[in-house]
This record gives sequence, C-alpha cells and structure tokens, in this order.
Amino acid sequence: MSYFSDIINGTKSLLIGMRITGKYFFVNFLTRKDVITEQYPDNLETLNMFDRYRGEVTMYHNENNEHRCDACTLCEKACPNGSIEIISDKELNPETGKNVRYIVKHIYHLEMCTMCGLCIEACPQDAIQWGQNFHHVQYDRGKLTKVLNKPGSKIMIKTKEKK
Amino acid sequence: MILNIFTDIHNLLLGLMSAKAVHITELVLIGVAYLGIFAVLGLFLVWLERRVAGFFQLRLGPNRVGPSGLFQTIADALKLVSKELTGTVKADKQLYKIAPYFVITTALMAMALIPFSQEIQAFDINIGVFFLISVSSIGVLGIFLAGWSSNNKYSLIGGMRTGIQMISYELSVGMAVVTMVVLAGTLQISEIVELQKSGWFIFTGHIPAIIAFMIFMIAGTAESNRVPFDLVEAESELGAGFHTEYSGMRFAYYFLAEFVNMFIIASIAVVLFFGGWLSPFGITDAIPFAGLFWFTVKVIAVIFIFMWFRWTFPRFRIDQLLTLEWKYLLPINMVNIVLMALMVWLGLTF
Ligand code: SF4
Ligand code: SF4
Repeated sequence: MSYFSDIINGTKSLLIGMRITGKYFFVNFLTRKDVITEQYPDNLETLNMFDRYRGEVTMYHNENNEHRCDACTLCEKACPNGSIEIISDKELNPETGKNVRYIVKHIYHLEMCTMCGLCIEACPQDAIQWGQNFHHVQYDRGKLTKVLNKPGSKIMIKTKEKK
Repeated sequence: MILNIFTDIHNLLLGLMSAKAVHITELVLIGVAYLGIFAVLGLFLVWLERRVAGFFQLRLGPNRVGPSGLFQTIADALKLVSKELTGTVKADKQLYKIAPYFVITTALMAMALIPFSQEIQAFDINIGVFFLISVSSIGVLGIFLAGWSSNNKYSLIGGMRTGIQMISYELSVGMAVVTMVVLAGTLQISEIVELQKSGWFIFTGHIPAIIAFMIFMIAGTAESNRVPFDLVEAESELGAGFHTEYSGMRFAYYFLAEFVNMFIIASIAVVLFFGGWLSPFGITDAIPFAGLFWFTVKVIAVIFIFMWFRWTFPRFRIDQLLTLEWKYLLPINMVNIVLMALMVWLGLTF
C-alpha cells in the first residue's frame, strides 16, 4: 500500500514547498519587504557594506592623527602584486642618539590590489586594516593610487607593556 | 467589433484583387501577424520569468530598461541578433541549420489553433485538440536534430533525453486531454469553449477533471522542457544541452520557442479546464474585447503556476523521471479516464 501513501505524501510535500516559495513571492511582490538587492549606484548615500567586506586597505589613525606604522616594509614584501610601496627616511632621535626609521609615504595601488589580505596579516604593528568602501569608480587610473598615511601624521608613542 | 475590422479588411482587399489572390494575401497577412505575436509573446514571457524569478529569490529582477525593465528582453534580443552565428566544423551543416526552424514552425502551427477570443482564432478545425497534440510532438524533432547534428556529446545526450522524456510524457498529456474530451464530446476547440458556457469543465467534471488537470500540469511542464524536467538542458551536467553549439539568432529561436511552448501548454489548459476566453459567470459577455482580456489573464495565471514550479522544485534524475511517468502518472491517468467515462455515462457531471 506504500504506492498510494507515496503519492499522497509526495503531493503533500510538493505543496508544502510551493507554499514556502509562494510566501516569498507574494510578500516580495506586494511589499518588497525582504528584497536584498542593492540598487547600486542609486543608493550611494545609504550603501553600507558589512564589516568583513574587503573594500580597500586603509591605515588606522587615531584622533591625534597618529598611526602605528614604523616603516618595516613587511607589507611591501608580503604583497604578491607589488601593490604597496614604502618610502621611508631616517632621522636622529635626540633622546637616544639613534637613527630611527620613519614613514614618508605608504603608497597603496588599489588598481593592482586583489584584496588578498596578506599585507594586513603580515603587519606586526596592526597598522593597516580593511576599509569597507565599495564605490571606487574613477575615470583616471592614477586616482586609484593612494597614500595611506595622512599628511602630517606621526607614529604613535608605543606603550611599554606587552599585550 | 473585431469581426467588423476583419470583414472590413477582407472587403477592402476584395476591391483590389481577385478572390484567389485575396485568399493568399490574407494567409500571408495572418502568418506575419502570428510571427509578430510569437516574437512579442516570447520576449514578454522571458521578461515575466526573470521578474517573477527575482521576487521568488528575494531579488528585484530586471528593472532598468524601460518601465519595470519591460524592454530588457528587447535589448537582449537585439544583442543576440547582432551576434555571429557560430557552428562546429564537423556538424551536419544542413540539419544543424534547419533544426531551429522545426521548433519555430511547430510552435507557430500550434498557435494557429489557440482561441485568443471568440473571434480571433486562425484555424478552427473539427479535430483541433488532436491536431494540437500531434503538432506539438513534432517540435521535439527540432531539439533532437539539434542534438544530433551538433556533433557534440553534450548536445547528443541532451537530444536523447528529450526523446525519452517526450515519448513518456506525451502519453500523459494526451490522456489527460482525452479525459476532458470524454467530458466535452468534441475535438473542436471553439465548441469545447462554447460548451463551458454553463460551467467550466474543472467544475462540471469535478474529481476526475481536477486529477486530469494536475496530471496535465505535471506532464505539460515536462513537455515544455521546464524545470524540474529540464534534463534536456541540465546546465550543471550538460553545458547547455541540445543548444550548446548554437549562438546568436539560432539560439534565440530555441529560447523563444521554449517560452512560446509554455504559452501553448498553458492555453490548452485554459481551453480545456477554465473555459478559454469565457468570463467567470458570464459577467462581461456583452463587451467585445473582454474575451481577449479574460483569456490573457487566465493564461498568465497558469503560466505563473509553471514558474512557481520552476523556482520551487529541484531537477529530476532521469530514472526518477521515468518512474514518475510510467509507474504513477500513467496508471492514475488510465483509471481517471474510466472514472470520467463512468461519470459521464451515469450523468454525475454537473
Ligand atoms: S591585499 Fe594583497 S594585493 Fe592588496 S595590497 Fe595587500 S597584499 Fe597586496
Ligand atoms: S604598514 Fe605595517 S607592515 Fe607595512 S611598513 Fe607599516 S608597520 Fe610595516
């Protein structure tokens, strides 16, 4: 008798499936409530990407315009595409009397970046991080080359205690 | 009123040339008109499908080109027209080129029988339903030829699967239709619709008619090669199935024909079960264009059910497909015909 119960159960489960998808359809057709489509680029003002989105590499600056980069060039070496160029210089620290390296320009080529994240993993200072900017469109490719350390920024004075 | 327009055109032509020439001109005119309907219908249904699919999947679907994205498919068609017609070197050239036209021609032939309203039906013969079923089974030849002549394994497997599927499900469609013919007592489409003035067949035939309708919907989905019966194309296994090697306009023919076939199946369902162009309870019988309106509404409702199937059910495996047909649909169908015959004989129909 499993023949007939198969037919009835089969029909029943198909109808349950159709009820679920039907609910999706009619709710969205009538109210557009659950529609997840982002109407880019009409929604630039309201477009917020989720936290883990890899939009671009950015450098963290605190409110005193200080960053954590000490120009070690590890990110430059880690990048498989050569998207990062570090320009650094040395200057005499009058307190210790030692030459200290500091960053002049942390140049980041967004146009060559594949968002692999190796630079961010490589950075021992956690100086760089992901930014969630989605809208990178430019008419000139040169505008995609960015300097990550802000003008006039300094390195943070490191706190002594280890984390 | 529509009839008046037709007679006006007829008289105008009669004034211009001899009776025989008028006959031929009218045939050509109607042919061109149906080609137009074919194209517009295909494009509209593709748009509808994409839009409906969007809502099912919590998306919006095409909404940029024209109001609600209505012109999106026209843009797509223009793109396809402008594309190069590629083909394989080892293809059977003649068959390869002819195959799409089989599909188009049969779809057009079947469309000639569809009663869009009381007045608009190109070809109303006394074996209408029979003609429809037989013509729609020729269409499979086009798919089969495409699979064979492409000289490509994927295409060939796709074509073979069509053969299996069509032979099986043709039977179910046919028997579901026969069940309704038993109730109607005629094969002529206009008469079948007239008979439903006292009540649509799905109500007058009640239980066996509802069973026949369900079987018709299942088998009709299989007939038009739609999900969940789209083993012919099965993107994940066969590339694009029988039309893997087709590009440009030839591909577009298959694509449009698939959607027009769905329209034809839906129209047959509407004619047999839901009273064709008749309005519910005869509320708008006096208004001249109402028939066209009601027919369109009903067909789109049935097409929506097909789309609902598509975005709900996963694809069958080939053995499941055959099990469903031969072990379930066919026996139920046979019992159902006998049931219907008994009901008609005992006068249990309304
Ligand atoms: S994310 Fe990858 S590609 Fe981009 S800059 Fe960092 S290491 Fe280079
Ligand atoms: S960003 Fe990090 S890895 Fe790159 S130079 Fe600065 S401290 Fe070194």
